[in-house]
Amino acid sequence: MLKAGIRYTIPLSIISFVLGLILAVITALVRRSTPRGNLVSRGLWQLVKWFFDFYVWLFRSTPLLVQLFIVFFGLPNIGVQFSSWTAGIITFSLNSGAYASETVRAAISSIPQSQWEAAYSIGMTYRQVLWRIIFPQALRIAVPPLANNFISLVKDTSLASSITILEMFMVSQQIVAHNYQPMLMYTLVAVIYAVFCTVLSILQHYLEKWTSRYVADPREGV
Amino acid sequence: MIKLRHVDKQYAEHHALVDVSVDFPEHQTTVILGPSGAGKSTLLRSINLLERPQQGTMELNNLKINFAQQLSTKQVLAARRQTAMVFQSWNLFPHLTVLQNITEGPRYVLKQSAAEAQQRAHDLLKQVGLDETANRYPRQLSGGQQQRISICRALAMNPSYLLFDEPTSALDPELEAQVLRVLQQLANEQHSMIVVTHNMEFARRVADRLLFVEDGRIEFNGSSDEFFNHPTERIKAFLAAMKF
Repeated sequence: MLKAGIRYTIPLSIISFVLGLILAVITALVRRSTPRGNLVSRGLWQLVKWFFDFYVWLFRSTPLLVQLFIVFFGLPNIGVQFSSWTAGIITFSLNSGAYASETVRAAISSIPQSQWEAAYSIGMTYRQVLWRIIFPQALRIAVPPLANNFISLVKDTSLASSITILEMFMVSQQIVAHNYQPMLMYTLVAVIYAVFCTVLSILQHYLEKWTSRYVADPREGV
Repeated sequence: MIKLRHVDKQYAEHHALVDVSVDFPEHQTTVILGPSGAGKSTLLRSINLLERPQQGTMELNNLKINFAQQLSTKQVLAARRQTAMVFQSWNLFPHLTVLQNITEGPRYVLKQSAAEAQQRAHDLLKQVGLDETANRYPRQLSGGQQQRISICRALAMNPSYLLFDEPTSALDPELEAQVLRVLQQLANEQHSMIVVTHNMEFARRVADRLLFVEDGRIEFNGSSDEFFNHPTERIKAFLAAMKF
């Protein structure tokens, strides 16, 4: 069971979270952008923005389990077939990306406009301002809610059992089918999830400390 | 030389700049005065394109900007290379140390080496008496110190014009004096400066030239002597309101 956790639950969580986070950053940047240029490019960009709005709406408005079923069992009906592993990665990434994009969007918005202006005034490009000035500050704001997203995702991977991925919870069910010890086995699997999530909470603590180093105790040296 | 011609900026319900034409000669300190909401800051911020007027043109040294057209990123960056801005609330980057705040632009915009940028930053910090703060974070410093550091950040870019947007309005008098000393020093060194301020004493002492802006129009453009010693009725009323 622990082996299934290490072989499936953890990689599924980490890969989906990383892909989801990349997707979240892209989604957040697109959704907070303003269409510019001539009528055609403005129009096209507006369509792209609507597409990302639709994506976030869709994945936040439907149950994760249903999303998994549609991707794995439903899409083959229209000729799109994935392995259970691929279907799991796709669904979990898209789902966590939709939630995390709101976190990222809020974190970016929380950085005052004056920081953009100061960075632009020394001649930085949009990309430099984002990477060098805005993201480092936004990360500090985003760490706690993103850790929430990640911890939820770890536990949500238990739903992958329903699309035949042999992750931890699936294995525990199989063991119960043999030894008839549901109380013991399900408690045990709960404990393993709790251990994984505790490790994440500890990591979150250190990451928070590191990203907040510049707002640390101001008594020093004043 | 900065030349603005027929610059016009309109917000939804507010005409911020009305057909403004004005020159800012080099190696002079031009002080912009006027009541709140007159368009002083908008004028200053238009010069480094933090605001985009809808009409008019700007010549920035050899660069020509037509505000009626969509500006390319390249144009905007080139224009911003000519100026550097000091803000009312200094706007230092809180996640960077004092030294990093100053070297950020030179390293990543001017592509200087780390050693070169740091050397220059230390030199600038020494000039404003703050070299010992180099490795602290902005939050650990007073407003007056932060503002002097933001002046160093601007100077490190070697701009042809320094823009100051009410640089002392957020400071109490004691800290204001520290910052004004630095401004005075820069003016003495013949930097090209444009300063928006409410500090009349500073304007009188330092300005080579004064602009009085009201309702988005330049109502006065002349010497500081003329402004303070031979004021028009409107300027008299303004000076009285400022208790000067």
